[in-house]
Amino acid sequence: MTLSREQMAQRVARELKDGYYVNLGIGIPTLVANYIPEGIEVMFQSENGLLGMGAYPTEEELDADLINAGKETVTTIKGASIFSSSDSFAMIRGGHVDFTVLGAFEVDVQGNIASWMVPGKLIKGMGGAMDLVAAAPNIIVIMTHADKYGNSKLLDHCALPLTGAGCIKRVLTDLAYLEIENGAFILKERAPGVSVEEIVSKTAGKLIVPDHVPEMTF
Amino acid sequence: MSGFDKVVHSYDEAMQGLTDGMTIVAGGFGICGIPENLINQIKKMGVKGLTIASNNCGVDGFGLGVLLEDKQIKTMIASYVGENKLFEQQMMSGELEVILTPQGTLAEKMRAAGAGIPAFYTATGYGTPIAEGKEVREFNGRHYVLEEAIKADFAIVKAWKADRYGNAIYRHTAMNFNPMAATAGKITVMEVEEIVEPGELDPTQVHTPGIYVDRLIQGTFEKRIERRTVRSA
Repeated sequence: MTLSREQMAQRVARELKDGYYVNLGIGIPTLVANYIPEGIEVMFQSENGLLGMGAYPTEEELDADLINAGKETVTTIKGASIFSSSDSFAMIRGGHVDFTVLGAFEVDVQGNIASWMVPGKLIKGMGGAMDLVAAAPNIIVIMTHADKYGNSKLLDHCALPLTGAGCIKRVLTDLAYLEIENGAFILKERAPGVSVEEIVSKTAGKLIVPDHVPEMTF
Repeated sequence: MSGFDKVVHSYDEAMQGLTDGMTIVAGGFGICGIPENLINQIKKMGVKGLTIASNNCGVDGFGLGVLLEDKQIKTMIASYVGENKLFEQQMMSGELEVILTPQGTLAEKMRAAGAGIPAFYTATGYGTPIAEGKEVREFNGRHYVLEEAIKADFAIVKAWKADRYGNAIYRHTAMNFNPMAATAGKITVMEVEEIVEPGELDPTQVHTPGIYVDRLIQGTFEKRIERRTVRSA
């Protein structure tokens, strides 16, 4: 079985460590916040200038002046701080954010990522994604293994315009968890019930398959 | 009155001197913390051919989006756009030039302008389409792209509270790009929810010192919400 969106978030959440400052991209990455392992504390950074993002507000708490990077109304947790966009990106560019999770259209064996523009389609912009991928020391990309037409999104060379070059080392898809090393994807784990053969057939980029590829458990 | 008093009493006065073809930097993220009345004043003035640098371009009928209605914007410098149909139309037809700029680079372009730094190197965007034609330099084995500051004729910003000298405090994430925008204008116009007397703000709590602010006006704000997300109590 391929992983559900929730399972993908759950698997990535296992990478969280106590004391991490974390930036979650829009979409599936946001769900990671629902699966923080017990007994650890993490703080979420929102690049519009908030460290210590809390849950959505109640009707009573709703405040137009307090939003996240997805422009949704949010709250702050105890111990939060608020700052300017330039301070926010100093944190990001300076490598102070411990862990970043974001989506992508394509990733390749050189660690290149394409996530912001499809030529010929409406281009809305990169927001903070180029800053995040250029600077974060510890990034996981969450995406489906193949697009809706069955084309692999794990390639030898990204076909779409890049968001960042040589910056991705880890990818979690609905089929597998992979790492990127020395110009190849390395298959580390597979989704429960998904065969190595299926992953091989859906990975266009160079793939190294170790003798033993454990199944994820949920 | 003191030579440091920045208060003006009308929006006409606040935006006086803005003419066709000028460059404006604007604070705000989405439609949070935007100088909504100053934007409406620009619409009323009808100036055209503007270059505007702001993270986004408002929504249809609110924020910077209203300046699209009479095609007042020639060039938009932003990190994320397309929350409004009019923007999409004018971009597709080529009437509106759009320079997409990474969010951190945009913030730094404003900060640099205010700090007298003409350009800076950043790793952001290296190897991507936005680095095309830009100077690249290697430091300690990594590649960095040279990005230039955005100096503007006018900066329009929104703060929560300021004293008459222009010392200002922002509220929550309505801060966003406002502090950098405030430093980047030849003329910086700030609108606030409340103006107090000098001495009423704790100097250690001031976010933007009054030196950056040329004109200050008190307004009333709609504070529209772009994505209203709530949980049940």
